[in-house]
Amino acid sequence: MLTVISKGATLESMNEANTDVIQGTLDMLILKTLSLEPLHGFGIARRIEQVSKGVFKVNPGSLLTAFKRLERMGWLDSEWRETEKSRKAKYYSLTRAGRKQLDIETADWNRRVSAIARLLRFEA
Amino acid sequence: MSLWRQFSGGLQALVKRQTADQEITDEISHYLDEATAAFVARGLSPDAARRAARKELGNVTSLRQEVRGYGWENRIETFLADLRHAARWLLANRGFTAVSLIVLALGIGATTAIFSIVEGVLLKPLPYPHSEQLVSLRHTAPGVGIPDLNMSTSVYLTYREEGRVFQNVALSTGGSWAVTGLGEPEKVPGRVVSHDFLDTLRIQPELGRQFTAADENPDGERTVMLTDGFWRSKFGGDRAALGRHIVLDGTPWTIVGVLPPSFEFMDRKISLLVPFRFRRADVTVLGFCCDGIARLKPGVTLAQANADAARVLPLATEKFPMNPGWSPTTFQDARIAPRLQLLKDFLIGDLGKTLWVLMATMSIVMLIACANVANLLLVRMDERQHELAVRAALGATAGRIVRSLLLESVLLGLLGGALGLALAWIALRILSASTLMNLPRMHEISIDPAVMAFAFVLSMLAGLLFGLIPALKYARPRTAAGLRSEGRSLTAGRERQRARDFLVAAQVSLAMILLVGAGLMIRTFHALRHVDPGFSGAARLETMQVGIPDTVQGTEQIVRMEEAILRKLEAIPGVSSAAAISALPLNHDQNDPIYAEDHPERKGEIPPARRFKHVSPGYFAAVGSRLIAGRDFSWDDNYSRIHAGIVSENLARELWGNPAAAIGRRIRLNPKDSWYEVIGVVADLHDDGVDRNAPTMVYWPLLQRNADGHEDVVRGLYYIVRTPRAGSEALVRDLQTAVTSVNAKLPVADVNTLQSIYDKSLARSSVTLMLLAIAGGMALLLGIVGIYGVISYSVSLRTREIGIRMALGGSLEKVTRLFVREGVAMCGIGLIGGFTGALLLTGLMKSLLFGVNSADPLTYAVAAAGLMVAALVGSYLPARRATKVDPVEALRAE
Repeated sequence: MLTVISKGATLESMNEANTDVIQGTLDMLILKTLSLEPLHGFGIARRIEQVSKGVFKVNPGSLLTAFKRLERMGWLDSEWRETEKSRKAKYYSLTRAGRKQLDIETADWNRRVSAIARLLRFEA
Repeated sequence: MSLWRQFSGGLQALVKRQTADQEITDEISHYLDEATAAFVARGLSPDAARRAARKELGNVTSLRQEVRGYGWENRIETFLADLRHAARWLLANRGFTAVSLIVLALGIGATTAIFSIVEGVLLKPLPYPHSEQLVSLRHTAPGVGIPDLNMSTSVYLTYREEGRVFQNVALSTGGSWAVTGLGEPEKVPGRVVSHDFLDTLRIQPELGRQFTAADENPDGERTVMLTDGFWRSKFGGDRAALGRHIVLDGTPWTIVGVLPPSFEFMDRKISLLVPFRFRRADVTVLGFCCDGIARLKPGVTLAQANADAARVLPLATEKFPMNPGWSPTTFQDARIAPRLQLLKDFLIGDLGKTLWVLMATMSIVMLIACANVANLLLVRMDERQHELAVRAALGATAGRIVRSLLLESVLLGLLGGALGLALAWIALRILSASTLMNLPRMHEISIDPAVMAFAFVLSMLAGLLFGLIPALKYARPRTAAGLRSEGRSLTAGRERQRARDFLVAAQVSLAMILLVGAGLMIRTFHALRHVDPGFSGAARLETMQVGIPDTVQGTEQIVRMEEAILRKLEAIPGVSSAAAISALPLNHDQNDPIYAEDHPERKGEIPPARRFKHVSPGYFAAVGSRLIAGRDFSWDDNYSRIHAGIVSENLARELWGNPAAAIGRRIRLNPKDSWYEVIGVVADLHDDGVDRNAPTMVYWPLLQRNADGHEDVVRGLYYIVRTPRAGSEALVRDLQTAVTSVNAKLPVADVNTLQSIYDKSLARSSVTLMLLAIAGGMALLLGIVGIYGVISYSVSLRTREIGIRMALGGSLEKVTRLFVREGVAMCGIGLIGGFTGALLLTGLMKSLLFGVNSADPLTYAVAAAGLMVAALVGSYLPARRATKVDPVEALRAE
């Protein structure tokens, strides 16, 4: 599950704040994003960027590979559909198993975040 | 679920690769469009937006590769691509591929053929249920000097009734019967068995019933079981044969059952089984007539079985009376003890050692083949430096290059393995067609799945082995050096040369081991050939067995009929002499102790057993056995029941110091017996094989009377005629006519020349010799090829150096010597390794050697000299080419 996501920061981002997605969380972010509605690849990337207020920028290569992996795991379904601009795009949607996986990953994440928070407080 | 999706998704992508690729391309281009649109929305110009989007996405091709690279199916694709590449490379280098394939096919074929024999003979279980429980009830009697003894009826009954470790015990012995009334009279082989014989083997009859205790009653009906083959050939597979009579030795027997087609026992030819017919009241302690087998209870070990057998064995003397004339303590005095063995081990005997030596031999051939191919590959690799450097420069990782190089060599290995398997199949066909090898369980040897798996694993391993050396050596990217197109002329050759030198030295070492092995076998064979077996001109001696049927009664009548047969045989044109013996030379016979008058035995001691054979007058002259002192028997001696014997030279020396002194001494068979006079002494006979010591022997006349007036005769004598026509079909017909002219119901069996019996006794040595010689020859040849290859490559690499040397005035001779010295040095290093290896390994074949020490200096010297000469030839030929180099050309060359 823990996949290295960020594949070399671009020149641009090196001068700016770190926008890499936290290791191992890309799957969860994709699943969460899709839990609201089916979306295509760019839509998902854009949504993550917007909702995180630009904190996270998704690497397209990682994203597209993640789709393949999640599809193989049975958590995503895909279908080619017309977009609102009447172009064909591959839309991803969450399967029942994907929903379950999202719950698991969210719970897992919360557990870790609160643990880290506790640790940081303790250090302070 | 997810595993299934992984699999089916991957499979779909694999099958519909193009669709899958198109989808990825479409998705990426859509992503790019959307990103562009987003930048436009932020106010960038379409062109600038496009550029920005491209920048965000990075290199589209590598992105596509990255996305495409996910999933197991890509591994397969890469693999298939590498495989295609490997196949193309092998096809492009046809010369190399052909040579490597031939070398590998020979190595793998030879190893696989021997393995299939090892598997069929040594590894496979015997064809009975739970055959690991079956033991052969062998004994030993050190008190009378008999190391391996079979079993008596009394011991059989004792084990049966008193043993605690056996599920079943059975007794059997070979026999043959004249079958009449079913076409030509014929002598057929079979076994006399106790009623529980088939139960012990867990074999059910195909038809009818098996024997019961009632069949053993000598007053009951005579019953017989037929084997499937005999039943089909004589009764055409007719079920009505059950209950019918068959005439054996003139007496009708009732057929009660037919054995299944798969039935076999200890590789014997068997057409029928008849029950032992005996009265328990008549059973005496002695009479070691038969082979015993038993089935152990589950979980009982051989050691436990032997312990239990040792416990119950002495009970035999309490349960049964001693034979008349023998001391009641004979059994104890002979120190008879059990020596139970697994039935399979008994069947195989000491063949295992021979087979493992052959297996080791072929493994060495295999290693040499691998070293050879590795060497060829190394040379090829040098030429591929450029290609590999280009691949590395294009981004292939070292791992990927190693993988693709290994794939090439494994592919080569597997192709060689397939050819080798075909070779092994042919070799086995030839081997099983020739009677030379005469192996037990020969018919169980075949190319079965186990053998195929062996060949497969062997080829894989070989491919990895010879591929790994060059792959590891060259996969390290040496881009800069490699890309320089004239990499060859650099003097970096030394280091690369070292791997090849090492491989050649290793080949020489292994070849040395094989040559020493072959040399030792040649010396062994030579020594065996020079042992005087105790007969001469065996190629002109035709032998056959004729059984006098039960219808002829009276000992004198039987012997007179035997004399009549001999007279007829003598009259055959071209026959110079004819004689008869109870068991042919090299075919053993019974062993019994003799008591010499002037060697009074101590109390509680039995003199050693001697081999007994009964011979007709004129036997020694006919087979060319020297009469050293005294005289031969005459027909008058026979009919007058002379109390006399002829002893072998070694027995005469043992008892009386010299042959002449033996004449007139008296011997007897037991302390109550009457005396027999020694009337002659003959040369020793190597009856147990020429590689064994000649047993001490006593020859008796055909007609003999014991102290109690009982007369002994042999009904199934072997007849020997000396004639230059031996081995011809015409002679066999003449022999048959001569025999039937005495009595039309006399069957002739086992027609053979004594030479073929002698050859068979040497078969194991000759086959081992042949295979070792072939292996040694191959090793020598491959060694020469290896040295030749390395030296000629070294010459081609150093053309420029040679040019310089010659230009500076170096003589042709000096340059040649330079390269020859290199080859000789490699060979020298190899010989040191070979000496050590040979000393270690040939110790293992000690049991196969005769008349030669496994560290025989002559053999070692000749093998080393042979290899040295080979090295000289192998390096001189290419070195001479170096001297043909024109200095001007060489210097300009690069």
